[in-house]
Amino acid sequence: MKLITLDTSTEACSCALYIDGEITTQSKIAPRQHTSLILPMLDTLLNNAGLKPNQLDAIAFGRGPGSFIGLRIACSVTQAVAFATNIPVISISSLATLAQVAYIQLQAKKVLTALDARMGEVYWGKYKVDAEGIMCCDGEELVSKPENVTIPPSNNWYGVGTGWNSYTEILVNQLKEKLDNYQGKIYPQADAMIPLALSALKTGNTVIAKDALPIYLRNNVVQKQK
Amino acid sequence: MLVLGIETSCDETGVAIYDTENGLLGHNLYSQVELHAQYGGVVPELASRDHVRKLIPLIQKLFDQCQIKTVDGIAYTAGPGLIGALLVGATVGRSLAWAWQIPAIGVHHMEGHLLAAMLEPPVPKLPFLALLVSGGHTQLVQADAIGKYSILGESLDDAAGEAFDKVAKLLEIGYPGGPAIAQLAKKGNVNKFRFTRPMIHQANLNFSFSGLKTQVLTTWKAQQNIDEQVKADIAYAFEDAVVDTLVIKCRRALQETDLKRLIIAGGVGANQKLRTALTQMTATIGATIYYPHPIFCTDNGAMIAYAGALRLMANQSESLSFNAYPRWKMDSLTIV
Repeated sequence: MKLITLDTSTEACSCALYIDGEITTQSKIAPRQHTSLILPMLDTLLNNAGLKPNQLDAIAFGRGPGSFIGLRIACSVTQAVAFATNIPVISISSLATLAQVAYIQLQAKKVLTALDARMGEVYWGKYKVDAEGIMCCDGEELVSKPENVTIPPSNNWYGVGTGWNSYTEILVNQLKEKLDNYQGKIYPQADAMIPLALSALKTGNTVIAKDALPIYLRNNVVQKQK
Repeated sequence: MLVLGIETSCDETGVAIYDTENGLLGHNLYSQVELHAQYGGVVPELASRDHVRKLIPLIQKLFDQCQIKTVDGIAYTAGPGLIGALLVGATVGRSLAWAWQIPAIGVHHMEGHLLAAMLEPPVPKLPFLALLVSGGHTQLVQADAIGKYSILGESLDDAAGEAFDKVAKLLEIGYPGGPAIAQLAKKGNVNKFRFTRPMIHQANLNFSFSGLKTQVLTTWKAQQNIDEQVKADIAYAFEDAVVDTLVIKCRRALQETDLKRLIIAGGVGANQKLRTALTQMTATIGATIYYPHPIFCTDNGAMIAYAGALRLMANQSESLSFNAYPRWKMDSLTIV
């Protein structure tokens, strides 16, 4: 299995290559430079492995939520590569990726992900790790004011994502003693998408190029004319 | 060489295949005009969201129509235009080229319009004068070579097409304004109203349509009874003023530059009254006029495929580090 993953939903731009158990990755925190970086990064990964794009078996992308332009960059790269090489696409939530990063880096098992959504709101979702070590969404992903992030009934939650940086006080107050810790400077990273993508491939949870689309969560982007 | 052209700079998703041996093989266009009509203008975020849904299916359909599985090069509009919209086409275009390991080139949208008249015979020879007139631009451009363009004059405020849209909104006859006004103007009385031809007494080749729009507004407000006939009379006088102004400046530019060929491009170039008036004017001064087919006057993939093909044939290409440029000067391009 030769799989690439990429995410450009936040200030971080990353991609990873999986070849039968081996993972290589490229990542950079680089706001507004994603178009300059993403293809050279992918090209480096493939060149280092002696691969051409048409030798890939699948591609996974960060479908959102996140920066609208960022989501469309990852989506457009993915649609194009999948169309050109006729391979299946795996759409992965950027919040799921964020939770998976927290599991890998911080050993967090219950994660309240929150990305700064601007306009005084956060994209957020609760994630719990399953027996296979895969982060699964507990409930649904939403966009709301940080004050409206609902408190989970259980304890031992770990808060991650830029939302925890921008709205530390509000979010900490929301969760109080149910929160173990938080880390605002963690971003979705493509290497953490590999286990999520492999899990989705196992269950056949893939789409074809044209159906790989961003999930914005915020859909109310314009006011109708009176 | 088979070149795929991709255009997503505003509210049209356009794709085309240009064969450097056999000409245009096929093209597809998806217009978002209905999506934006309810807002009275283009909503950039909605435009971007629609491009990302429509582009790959449109390319798939085109490949099926042309019975091809791949191409030899890709051209995409890299600017100017709406940044979010441009990025969809640029990212898909550059990434397709990476996946197929073929060259890609970012094309200047207005160069695409400028060269659209060369898609079909009779093909105008360089040098020529071009009037680029659309919802976003009103420019007189001298083209000496492919990529060597000088802007002789341009609108200082509203583009001509923008003025059509705004006046149509005022008259409540719908969006886009160009075709709506042209249709209504046919029923207008010739001598009922007369509007000023803006800037024709200035020696330069610039345009201004904002004052004309205000003049229409003032006239509109001064009417006691507004019925369909008054609307038609205003539409006629407005269209007449815009056409007259464009014709006067084109004639002046041809005479000043001594150029013998005039190319019309951009959405307003599809206006029949403008075409007739420019044809008469060029005939009286011994110049030749060239129009693209009306479907290639508005934004389309064919003009991008063609302009890109010329550059790719000259071994120009874009690195993997690509970008889109919402503002990009036309007189700063590489000469082929």
